[in-house]
Amino acid sequence: MVPLSYYLLLSGFLFACGVAGFLIKRNIITIFMSIELMLNGVNLSFVAFAAHWHALSGQVFVFFVMVVAAAEAAVGLAIIISVYRTRETLNVDQVNLLKL
Amino acid sequence: MSFHLILFLAFGAVCAGGAVNLLAQRHPINSALSLIAVMAALAGEYLLLGAEFVAAVQVIVYAGAIMVLFVFVIMLLNAGEEEETKGSRVAILFGVPGILTGSVLMASVVLRHSGTEAVAIGALPGHPTDIAQLLFHDFLLPFEVTSVLILIAIMGAVVLASKPEPAAGKVD
Amino acid sequence: MSVGVFILVSVVKSLIVLIALLTAVAYTVWLERKVVGHMQNRWGPTRVGPFGLLQPAADGLKFLFKEDLTPPHVYKPLFIAAPMMAVIFALTSIAVIPFGNSIPIFGYNIPLQITDVNIGLLLVLGVTSLGVYGVALAGWSSNNKYSLLGGLRASAQMVSYEIALGLSLVGVLIQSGSFSLRTIVDAQGGRFLGFIPRWNIFHGQFIGFFIYLMAAYAETNRIPFDLPEAETELVAGYHTEYSSMKFAMFFMAEYANMITVACLATLLFFGGWHGPLFGPPLLEAVLPVFWFLAKVFCFLFLYIWVRGTLPRFRYDQLMSFGWKFLLPLAIANLVATAIAVAW
Repeated sequence: MVPLSYYLLLSGFLFACGVAGFLIKRNIITIFMSIELMLNGVNLSFVAFAAHWHALSGQVFVFFVMVVAAAEAAVGLAIIISVYRTRETLNVDQVNLLKL
Repeated sequence: MSFHLILFLAFGAVCAGGAVNLLAQRHPINSALSLIAVMAALAGEYLLLGAEFVAAVQVIVYAGAIMVLFVFVIMLLNAGEEEETKGSRVAILFGVPGILTGSVLMASVVLRHSGTEAVAIGALPGHPTDIAQLLFHDFLLPFEVTSVLILIAIMGAVVLASKPEPAAGKVD
Repeated sequence: MSVGVFILVSVVKSLIVLIALLTAVAYTVWLERKVVGHMQNRWGPTRVGPFGLLQPAADGLKFLFKEDLTPPHVYKPLFIAAPMMAVIFALTSIAVIPFGNSIPIFGYNIPLQITDVNIGLLLVLGVTSLGVYGVALAGWSSNNKYSLLGGLRASAQMVSYEIALGLSLVGVLIQSGSFSLRTIVDAQGGRFLGFIPRWNIFHGQFIGFFIYLMAAYAETNRIPFDLPEAETELVAGYHTEYSSMKFAMFFMAEYANMITVACLATLLFFGGWHGPLFGPPLLEAVLPVFWFLAKVFCFLFLYIWVRGTLPRFRYDQLMSFGWKFLLPLAIANLVATAIAVAW
């Protein structure tokens, strides 16, 4: 038996790491991965609450989060590729002009 | 200490370690690999929570498809080690203490407000048929809307990633 | 069944299956060399043992004693980890494959399967989809343009064909209503009209089987889809820089994946261990396993036959075949099956 709060702590820690990575990292791909980490942290708390309240809809929300994450990854990586094609850098500090 | 708790701690340690490693590594491919480890360990946590279908989908969609895309793009763009810049130093200076305070605050709140509620192994039937009933019956409209979302995302990705059209009249 | 007996039985089953799988891998290589040899009017291996039957052992020894070269500019941790990943993910999926009904031993009813989980098919798909990391990371960490191109091709190809592969299986899932491989096989017992077996392939899933076969060939990087290791353009693709046991691991992973694909095709489309049963009780207990293995053997033979027959696609042909032909066909098959079941 594992208390619900342990799952929530782990979920919160993953989310915090995602936020930290989003702020600290300078490589646009790693920043994007930090967002995925945040989504994963949220998913864990969804599933934990689903188990706690005996409500399966918590698990269904995880599927929707995954679908959004997949759509986001496809579009985001396409944007990264086109940014790299025009600027030849992945460092977000150097991507500071709206127009070349 | 129950066997269940030991498993939780083992998977949780992999999760936390992977998340920290994602921050610590300089090379994006190492970060991507530690994220894959986090996702695989999270699938283990889902199994502990009795959500076996979610666990399988987590491995197939996240670890097997989304992260493959990330690794593919890292390979394709030949991304190197990230360099330290002024922006990143400022972010570390303010970001790390801020995150630490936030986590400690949240942890204290969660721990104080949690009684002895416990989640048992296989606590709820995460059987695929029950999930299908919810997904295709109660949540049918959101489900259909996500399919439109995916279609739009596919088209957007194709448009964004395709090479710009060569100028008119130019033959190559 | 007490916990001690359960653990003992599980360990013994895992060991038997693992040893059998590795032997099967070794002898699939032998079979391939022999059959392709005969197709090209050669003999294949003949020197080591009768009919070259000891050739796999000789090959294994040779792999072990070759010098294990690590080129100077590789990214070492991943260079070493990549072949291990490939072989681990290739061997894992056998854990949920059932080989036959349960047999009684010492009063315990032991199912011929390492473990029966009710998401068995999803587990196999998940583990297979992780297998791409071995190939992709090997290509990237080798620091070699041919390896990198091979790794890129492999990851794009495997991600593309995984969609068609998954969709082709959904038809079977709709018909049997379960992810458990054992339940899927059980649903295929019996006959139509007294003589046609009630296998899924005769039960409206012929197109599904066709899509599965094509997509699975692409997933396992076999001819005619072996673009990631196309030797005429990419030297050896992602394993160009590998030697000795590390190379052997990629080799083992490829053949173990072939065997998994053959097992899945047998279970999902060809009725698993169902077949005519006759004779004394002992024979009747062994026959299902025999039928299962015979069907798997037919698939492995088909793999080799195709390899001896077809040339390689061009890469753009491969991509348009996957996205513009297999995927729409799989969706059409899925819709048709859903309508037929709902009827």
